[in-house]
Amino acid sequence: MTTNPTSIDFEVPARPEYLSLVRSLVVEAADMDSALSQERLEDLKVAVSEAATNAMEAHARACLDDSIQIRCTLAADRIEVHITDRGSGFYPDQVEVLPEPDDPTRLEYERGLGLYLMRILTDKAEIHSSPDGTEVCLIMRLPMNNSNS
Amino acid sequence: MEFGVAVASHGEWQVLTVTGEIDMATAPRFRQRLLAVISTGIQNVVIDLSSVDFIDSTGLGVLMGAAKRVRSAGGDIRLVSVGSRLADLIELTRLDRVLDVFDSVAAATDNSGS
Repeated sequence: MTTNPTSIDFEVPARPEYLSLVRSLVVEAADMDSALSQERLEDLKVAVSEAATNAMEAHARACLDDSIQIRCTLAADRIEVHITDRGSGFYPDQVEVLPEPDDPTRLEYERGLGLYLMRILTDKAEIHSSPDGTEVCLIMRLPMNNSNS
Repeated sequence: MEFGVAVASHGEWQVLTVTGEIDMATAPRFRQRLLAVISTGIQNVVIDLSSVDFIDSTGLGVLMGAAKRVRSAGGDIRLVSVGSRLADLIELTRLDRVLDVFDSVAAATDNSGS
């Protein structure tokens, strides 16, 4: 592992057909040092898909043709993935809470799992949103022995 | 693997075998195929996800929508997912509490245990 963080930047059109490419590129970048287990890479893959989906939907709602930006930073102790859009923003704390799974009304909700999955599948999911756009930062911490190498 | 949905009859069950990835790009096609099956009056549906490479919350949402429609019509819906990452995700989101998950199509279409 390099001492200085390495960043890999790319952008994709905010269209659903590019989601798979985003997932693949991020996972390939995150796996360069083989520091994350396969299971953790799969966790990251889902979390990235959720964030990129939200970003693409934000552009669709705002009728924006702009690309969404992705930055993968590989540091000694962690991997960070930043996904940035130029949509109208939202308030994460005001996202509707889903009914409990045992509640039959849960079936009424086809959406609303994205933020939950980002948070539960990563070590940290930071969301910075404003009327000018949203940046999601997904952090996966690396095993300690990797940070000492 | 390319996304696809194959439909076959197993007794009173219609089995949809899904391959590839289910996300915002493919969910509309998945939903369309599900609705086409449900709209024929078929009441019992099995969705075989054993060959699905990836699913995110958009795909899980399609499953929830299908469950709602099938059950509101008095039918039953079952999932097949074997030891995959997908099964972990279903458990993690606790959707296994509202959707019945089986190890095989044979088990899912076997009414003796239901």
